[in-house]
Amino acid sequence: MTAVELAGITKRFPGVVANHDIHLTVRKGTVHALVGENGAGKSTLMKILYGMQKPDEGTIAIHGEQVSFSSPADAIVRGIGMVHQHFMLADNLTVLENVVLGSEKLYGIGAKARRKIKELSERYGLGVRPDVLVEELGVAARQRVEILKVLYRGATTLILDEPTAVLVPQEVDALFDNLRELRAEGLSVIFISHKLGEVLSVADEITVIRRGTTVGTAVPAETTPRQLAELMVGSELPTPQTAESTVTDRAVITVEALRLAAPGGKALLDDITFTIHEGEILGIAGVEGNGQTELVDALIGLRQADSGVIRLADEEITAWPTRKRREQGIGYIPEDRHRHGLLLEAPLWENRILGHVTEKPNAKGIWLDPKAAQEDTRRIVETYDVRTPGIDVTAASLSGGNQQKLIVGREMTHKPRFLIAAHPTRGVDVGAQAAIWDHIREARREGLAVLLISADLDELIGLSDTLRVIYDGKLVADADPATITPEELGTAMTGAAEGHLEHDETPETPADLSKSAGSPEDEAR
Amino acid sequence: MKKFDKERALLTVAGPVIALAVAFVLSAIVLLASGKNPVEPFALMFEQAGFSDIQVLIINQASMYYIAALAVAIGFRMNLFNIGVDGQYQLGAMMAAVVGAHAALPAFLQVPLLLLTAVLTGAFWAGIAGVLKVTRGVSEVVATIMLNAIATSLIVYMWKPDVFGVKIGNNNTTGEMHESGWIPGIGMGEAGEIYGLVVLAVLLGIGYWITLNRTRFGFDLRASGASESAAAASGVSPKRMVLTALLLSGAIAGLAGLPILLGDTHTYSLNFPTGIGFLGIGIALLGRNSPVGIAFAALLWAWLDKASPELDFHGYDKEIAVIMQGLIVLSVVVSYEAVREWGLRRQQRKVGAELTAGHVLGANNTTKEVAGR
Repeated sequence: MTAVELAGITKRFPGVVANHDIHLTVRKGTVHALVGENGAGKSTLMKILYGMQKPDEGTIAIHGEQVSFSSPADAIVRGIGMVHQHFMLADNLTVLENVVLGSEKLYGIGAKARRKIKELSERYGLGVRPDVLVEELGVAARQRVEILKVLYRGATTLILDEPTAVLVPQEVDALFDNLRELRAEGLSVIFISHKLGEVLSVADEITVIRRGTTVGTAVPAETTPRQLAELMVGSELPTPQTAESTVTDRAVITVEALRLAAPGGKALLDDITFTIHEGEILGIAGVEGNGQTELVDALIGLRQADSGVIRLADEEITAWPTRKRREQGIGYIPEDRHRHGLLLEAPLWENRILGHVTEKPNAKGIWLDPKAAQEDTRRIVETYDVRTPGIDVTAASLSGGNQQKLIVGREMTHKPRFLIAAHPTRGVDVGAQAAIWDHIREARREGLAVLLISADLDELIGLSDTLRVIYDGKLVADADPATITPEELGTAMTGAAEGHLEHDETPETPADLSKSAGSPEDEAR
Repeated sequence: MKKFDKERALLTVAGPVIALAVAFVLSAIVLLASGKNPVEPFALMFEQAGFSDIQVLIINQASMYYIAALAVAIGFRMNLFNIGVDGQYQLGAMMAAVVGAHAALPAFLQVPLLLLTAVLTGAFWAGIAGVLKVTRGVSEVVATIMLNAIATSLIVYMWKPDVFGVKIGNNNTTGEMHESGWIPGIGMGEAGEIYGLVVLAVLLGIGYWITLNRTRFGFDLRASGASESAAAASGVSPKRMVLTALLLSGAIAGLAGLPILLGDTHTYSLNFPTGIGFLGIGIALLGRNSPVGIAFAALLWAWLDKASPELDFHGYDKEIAVIMQGLIVLSVVVSYEAVREWGLRRQQRKVGAELTAGHVLGANNTTKEVAGR
């Protein structure tokens, strides 16, 4: 009995084919994992199944019956429920209120609804208390509320979008127990992830998606992590390995005892101290929200640190405004390119000026030099392979990867001494990813110092010369990228390990196969 | 890529044209609903535009509208809503009138002195709102509305005979300005005189365009308007930019009343035109903050003003022009947003199509990109 069957799904976005000829069959009463790299097209596919996007081609069948969804409401009626990566809960309402919100007609808003919630909670072992305010709940409990919300609406197929991204290992285990309960009750679960260890431990079947299309299916019992990893990244296996060390002893950026507190007094950054030398890439690993954004803001000058010193070469720049920092050679690839890197409704050549309006070739004295800026935009577009029909189109009309290549090109053109690269390849396709790595590596050879922040541990380990782990605003651990594995790094990111991380030699995880090839035990630890 | 340029030009024109068409139709419906001929008033008003004396009136009036609208537009370009242009120009004109009545320098010094007085007064008055916003986070909308009210009271105070006022009959004035501060008009024979300061309006328009499009400062200002966060990351100091933009807006606003002051009335009296600052908001909207667009919009507004009195002689209410101005502003807001959305989407689609067809700048490689969303 199939719960969900997708056949030949194709979805095109401007300049991009996000999904191409996708086939996915989910059997009833199973946990089906959908794995693939960031940007492989998993989210788009799930949005199609949940009725948020309409496919350009292909068919969707639910319990053998062909359907066409024009909104999530249609999908919910058919028993499809989605637990989003970012929770959609109102903090100032109780669990009960959150659950009934929008579905008041089902069981009312009073005793009957409360009974239903308790019943569901007990049946699936969710441990949800209906009368607690959501703001008092932790991340894992909120996630269980989201799951309950979906069950309350009568879902028989649950889509979980990267549910473990926000959880610590113990919570992951608990979540997996919940999923097994759901499965035992005959519900189907689609579990989206790019963490192979988790997938192998919880899924009954696995479908691998790469560059927008399904490339194969696997059964965990017959599959090794390595085989899965190869399916996931394809034969190209782009590795972000940097060949030989180019680190010198000339310090470019020195940060001493940097501290930044939130208005309430909680330290967002606490005693941050590091030095990056010419030709060195310092990687910062950490679960998002542990101070990375604040660190970048403090370095580029968007926020003033409460105390501490930042030095660029020999000059103290702690009090410098952003513009002066950028003029003096700090390059910036922002975490959120739409908010901090681009003017979406402005043409490409104006975006090329952004951030470097006082520098050549964009300006002569106080005057802009549009001709020269346009000329140089054309050069960037060609050199950095930005796919665009021209430089007068708005930045909004380019795909994310091409926007990112434009930003990288712009920043590199000004020959920075120090580059802040926050998630430089997030949402970028594999080809562009390799190109961006190449550009960073090349600049590093010429003496660039880089602060690399990334959620992609393979990228961090592969590119960095030095690794530090940030946890709760502090740099708690350091590691040698030549020997460390993503799993070991992952442990430190939860705050479970401190100091210098030593690599435990285990035969099945050689350092060069860092592409998520860890064993499930490692991952679930 | 000329194609995209042409398209942008088309989109720029489409917004106002749609808005005007809708406004005309709606006004006709209003006329029809009140049992009047829906076409004749427009015919009468168009006819008025053909008379040379009306044309002079329109140009004179438009010059003040234009300056006021430029002041509003500067704010709009960085998402600041300076509603205080009204207070700023009245106070600017008042101070210029007072200085003009008490200082008696030769013309080549007197005129710049008066202009400078108006500029500084306007900038100062807007600057109060700027400082409040930057230091205390007070919305400039609220602050400038309040400052308008204060400006009105201040003007009444200055009209008192023991301050700067001179009573002429029932009228409060600031006394006649010295003749060295008068600016001669451009004679049009029978039709009247065009204010000399119409030239100033044109120069301000040119300066506005150059500043915004050809200077670093203008780029920073536009970037701040397009995305505050991206501008800050690019090195613009948001607070300084807010203050500068408001000062600049106020400085220009201060000049809006001068064409009539130096060209005709030579005193600031009860008859001095009011409300120009508010009209400037609608005009800047209609003109899409572009110096050429605002010029057309200002002329249109002035035409509605100056051609409508004729309606009273033909059994229509001249207020139909005011209704029409209101309807234009309404339809402008709706149609611009719709056209903008539509244009953005259309361009995204076209870029996608171009890329799929392999029209990639500087590359003969036609492989498609595959990436997730």
